[in-house]
Amino acid sequence: MTWKTIEKKIHEKLDSRIQSWYTHNPRRIYIDIAQEDIEDVARFLFSDLKARFIIASAVDTPRGGIEILYHFDFARLPQVISVRIFVMKPELKTKSIASIIKGAEWIEREIAELFGVTFENHPNPVHLLLPEDWPEGKYPLRRDQ
Amino acid sequence: MTEIIPIGPYHPLQEEPEFFRLHVEGEKVTRVDIEIGYNHRGIEKLAESKSWDQVVFLVERICGICSTSHPAASVLCQEDIGGIEVPERAQYIRTIVCELERIHSHLLWLGLAGHFIGYNTVWMWCWKYREIVCDMLEKMTGNRQSYAMFKAGGVRRDVADEDVSWYRKELDKMKPALDLFKGAVMDDPVIHARTKGVGVLDMQHAVDYCVVGPTARASGIGIDVRKDDPYFAYEWLDWDIAVLPEGDVFAKTAVRILEMYESVKIIAQCFDKMKPGSVDARIKEIPPGEGIGRAEAPRGEVYHYALSDGSNFPARYKVRAPSYVNIFSNEYACVGYEVADAALVLAAVDPCYCCTERVMIVDDSRGKSGTMNENELIALSQAKTKRIQEAMGL
Repeated sequence: MTWKTIEKKIHEKLDSRIQSWYTHNPRRIYIDIAQEDIEDVARFLFSDLKARFIIASAVDTPRGGIEILYHFDFARLPQVISVRIFVMKPELKTKSIASIIKGAEWIEREIAELFGVTFENHPNPVHLLLPEDWPEGKYPLRRDQ
Repeated sequence: MTEIIPIGPYHPLQEEPEFFRLHVEGEKVTRVDIEIGYNHRGIEKLAESKSWDQVVFLVERICGICSTSHPAASVLCQEDIGGIEVPERAQYIRTIVCELERIHSHLLWLGLAGHFIGYNTVWMWCWKYREIVCDMLEKMTGNRQSYAMFKAGGVRRDVADEDVSWYRKELDKMKPALDLFKGAVMDDPVIHARTKGVGVLDMQHAVDYCVVGPTARASGIGIDVRKDDPYFAYEWLDWDIAVLPEGDVFAKTAVRILEMYESVKIIAQCFDKMKPGSVDARIKEIPPGEGIGRAEAPRGEVYHYALSDGSNFPARYKVRAPSYVNIFSNEYACVGYEVADAALVLAAVDPCYCCTERVMIVDDSRGKSGTMNENELIALSQAKTKRIQEAMGL
C-alpha cells in the first residue's frame, strides 16, 4: 500500500473520531483522538491496515492528565503515525490494547508502573522494570510527586 | 507437577542481567516467564536533567555494544524537532561509523554463539577479525567503543583524507574473513542440525510481538529503517537487505552474516562518494516541539521520542531499544524445544540487556525447580553438539 492509500483509508474510517491531524513533516504525523476510541483505532491500524506497533510513550502534562502516544509505522514506508490520547487525573484509567497487539503488553506494564496509569483488561498487570517491593503509589516519571 | 529451572540472574551466554523462568516437562520447555528490569537505570528521567548535547552522550551509555545506535536515533530526534539540515559529508561519516559498528556487533554475537554450541574456533576467529573493525573505529573516532562521534547537526570529527587508503585496505581484509565465517556456518552439517528448525518464530508471531531487526528479517518480514525511513546517507547508496523466511536460529545467524557483507559494501561506497566539506551545521538551539528519531541498530530499530519546551533540556525523553520487543518474543520462540536449545534460542535475538535487561526452569511433570549457572548451561549445549557430531560420525 502507498501512503496516499493509507491516508485515504484512515480519513474514511476515522475522520469522525480524529480531533486533530498534525503533519510535522511528510514523515511524521500526529493524530489526536478521544481516549475511549483507542481500541478501535489500534485495531483498525494494526489488523486492517497492517501497521506495525513501534512503542507507546507517555508524558505527564501540566494540563491535569497524562498524554499517551501510540507510535505506528507501515512496512516499507517512512511515515510514523503517532496516535495521541489524553488520560485525565486522578482516575488515570484507559483501555489496554494488549489483547489486540501482543507487542503492547510490556510497554503498558511500564507506563502503569512509571506513571500510574491503569490499563483496563490488561492480561498481566504486574511490575515490569521496578522491583516487586516498590512502594505503592510512587511513580518515578510523574511530575506531581 | 512443575519443575522450574531458573537461568540467571546473568544470561549464561552473554553475562548480562536477565531472568528467564523455564517451565519444562522432562527436557521440553513448555512455558517461559521473562523478567527484566535488573538493569533499569532511569536514563529517561536522567535525560530530563541533561542538556540536549549531553543527552547524546547519555544515551551512548545505554548500550556498550551498539553504542552508536542510540546517539544516532538521538541526533535524528533532535534534528526532527528543529527541522535541521545536516551537511552531506557528516551523513557519510555517520553512516560509516554505524556500519562498522554493525560488523563488530554481529561478529561479537557470532563468536559467542559459536562458543555456546562448542565451536571455539569460530569464536576466536570472529573476535580476531572484530579487532580490525575496532581498530578502524579507534582511528576514526578515537575510541574502540562509545565513540562520542555524533552531535545534532553533524559529527564531532572529520575523517582525514590521508587515512582513507588505510581504511580501504583494512576494509578489504573483511571480505575474505566474511567468506570464511559464511563457509564455517552455512556449510557445517552440525551447525545445521543444532540450529535449523530450532526456536522458530513464524511470521504471524513476529508480527504480533512487533519484533524488529534481524529477528524480524529472519521471520520473513522485510523491514529495515535504513531502507524504509532512510536517514544519514543510506538512500544515496546501493545495498540490499537480507530477508529469510524460516524464523529459526539458523536464519537469524544467516541474516546477520549476509548483513555484514552489505555493511562492507556500504562503507566502501561512502568512501567513494564522500566529498570535502563541512561536517557540522553548528546549530544553536532546539526549538519547542516534539520529535522522533529512529535508526537501525545491529539488533533492530532504535526508537527515540523527545518533547522539547524550548529550554536547553528535554521535557520528556523516551527510548525504545530493539531488545525490548525482541526479548519478549522468546516467550513464544522457546516453547517446545529442549533445555539444551533454550539458551541458544534466547540468545538468537542477540538480546541487549543493558538496553532492556535472567533463566529459571520449572519441570511441570516432576515438581522440581533449580537454577542453572553459565557453565552448566553451556556444558548442556556443548554436550548436545557432541552427541550430534558422534551420531554423524564426525
